[in-house]
Amino acid sequence: MPSWGMVIDLNKCTGCGACVSACRSENNVPNVGPEQSQFGRSIFWMDIMEIVEGEYPDVRVQYIPRPCFHCDRPPCTKVCPVRATYLNEEGLVAQIYHRCIGCRYCMVACPYTVKSFNWYEPERLEDFLQFRNPDVSLRMKGVVEKCSFCSHRLQKAREQSEFESRDMEEAEYQPACVEACPTSAIVFGDFENEKHTVSRLRKSYRAFRMHEDLGTEPKVVYLSRED
Amino acid sequence: MTLSELRKDPDYALFKPVVEKGRKAFILGGFLFAVFLWTMYMYGTQLSSGLGVTGLNRPISWGFYIVNFVFFIGISHAGTLISAILRLSKAEWRRPITRMAEVITAIVLAIGGLHPIIDLGRPDRLLSIFYYGRLQSPLLWDVTAITCYFAASTVYLYLPMIPDIAIMRDMGVRPQWLYRFLSWGWTGTERQKHCLDRAITILMVMVIPIAVSVHTVISFIFSMTLQPGWHSTIFGPYFVVGAIYSGIAAILIVMIVFRKVFHLEGYLKPIHFQYLGTLLLVMCALWFYFTFAEYLTGTYGGEPHEMKIILYKFAGGYWPVFWSMILCNFVIPVIILSNKKLKTISGIFIASFAVIIGMWLERLNIVVPSLANPLLRVPYQVYIPSLVEWALFLAGVVAFVLAFLVFSKFFPVISVWEIKEGRKEGIEVVKERLASYQPDITTQPGKS
Repeated sequence: MPSWGMVIDLNKCTGCGACVSACRSENNVPNVGPEQSQFGRSIFWMDIMEIVEGEYPDVRVQYIPRPCFHCDRPPCTKVCPVRATYLNEEGLVAQIYHRCIGCRYCMVACPYTVKSFNWYEPERLEDFLQFRNPDVSLRMKGVVEKCSFCSHRLQKAREQSEFESRDMEEAEYQPACVEACPTSAIVFGDFENEKHTVSRLRKSYRAFRMHEDLGTEPKVVYLSRED
Repeated sequence: MTLSELRKDPDYALFKPVVEKGRKAFILGGFLFAVFLWTMYMYGTQLSSGLGVTGLNRPISWGFYIVNFVFFIGISHAGTLISAILRLSKAEWRRPITRMAEVITAIVLAIGGLHPIIDLGRPDRLLSIFYYGRLQSPLLWDVTAITCYFAASTVYLYLPMIPDIAIMRDMGVRPQWLYRFLSWGWTGTERQKHCLDRAITILMVMVIPIAVSVHTVISFIFSMTLQPGWHSTIFGPYFVVGAIYSGIAAILIVMIVFRKVFHLEGYLKPIHFQYLGTLLLVMCALWFYFTFAEYLTGTYGGEPHEMKIILYKFAGGYWPVFWSMILCNFVIPVIILSNKKLKTISGIFIASFAVIIGMWLERLNIVVPSLANPLLRVPYQVYIPSLVEWALFLAGVVAFVLAFLVFSKFFPVISVWEIKEGRKEGIEVVKERLASYQPDITTQPGKS
């Protein structure tokens, strides 16, 4: 079984936000407007945490892109009462939007706060339907959603390679955020496959994962900043 | 027995609210129902536009609904548990209390059990819980435990009511069909009495572990997650103790109100309040012990995330909630209940009211601060409940009062046959039992 994972090099991340906007348009992530956003209702599949260290004038800002970590032992799938979120056969934490009852238990259980809730019926601008991604289903009000590692791309690549009876190439399945990153700070691939860059990068001496002490085994590895 | 005969009955005071349905009750009931309809309209706005009408956000995705859920289910522990324990321990003074306690359980459990549904983003998919239900989820444990407790406690409320319903059927109280149906052919034969006695005994033994399991499982919703402030092993017993604590306070309030409104001074005597007041004080001490243990372990260990939440409660955004919880749950009850001069019926009423408020604050204090301080640094949010959430809180309280009002207008709130039985046999039985406690007299001390 492949172990799809992401390595994010914090040395290279400039906090430009290209990954966030690429993700939003790729996954039809709804916009909630500035008012609701202030109120904590914005929906992000890929988000950037800003951590300000030190005090003026000696200040350093650290940008940390944060998708869903697709834990190997996810605390969110454990608590779902209806299996609307589960670890699928590709090792990704998936959501079934039309089954979710909206209890938000998974949001509460996720130690990384990566899940978002549709507080209202998502507003879709008129020309949205023209530009939306037809591969990603639209969500309705009252359900939880989150980053899927662009699993629709995996599905396509998997089908294509199986049709041509060959192994899948690394470049065939890359999430939108990885493609959009101008500094190549985000690298994606199969941790188990030695041909993939991530399998080498994750063994770097700079590699760390968020709250490893919780035993959730996240599949997003960060390379710490050196300076 | 006819109505005029009944009026001469020494226990007529107990039947009076049922037989004479005054206009006041209708006005009060109508008013409460109007308020309830308004709250349902507010719920309608939530249904049509989504949970966005609440004050919830990310990361604080649980708020008033879950707080009230835990709070109401907590109060429901009063009844059946207390009445079962009192029956089991053969406390003679239980007789005028048990019925009211059991009614509280049935009503509040129904109200509390509906709260998670209010909280759902997609209540239309509720049945998914049965189609796709995963027993690994603590929410399913909850559904199981609460339905089980509701079934057991309604039966436990109903069974001891049968003889009373039969009395009302015989004396022609309207609506006859209701009493005829519910009395289930009770005529008071020896065999029927024996069956009823057996059934009550079996149920009261069963109901105690079920009641304990319910609130333990509710605490598991929180403690099974990895969130600091929740992930604690004492949550099960801590919640159960808190539940019984708030439950006793609720019984006391209901007893004092009915005593005043229905003039039941002859049945609910100061001694009942003294005994229950002492029990309340004991639970108060137990509650404080658990709270102290919980916060001391957190503070002494000083784990940063745990500390962040504790400081948020002690001195951060939640300090008013935390310290008024301590005031209502510990300071006020201890001052009133441990002081002979203050431990009057009105004093106990104030203490009980403080406990009810305090226990609600405690639930708020458990649910929100942990969510407001997530492990990773996400944008800071404040939870301000919206009008809809307040309205639905009001709905719970109004539904409770309304349901109790309706109940008291159809059934006696004090078990009549148990009072009569107590009067007839109680003293004899207790005398015999007391005699059996006495140490045997041996003629030659030291030699047996």
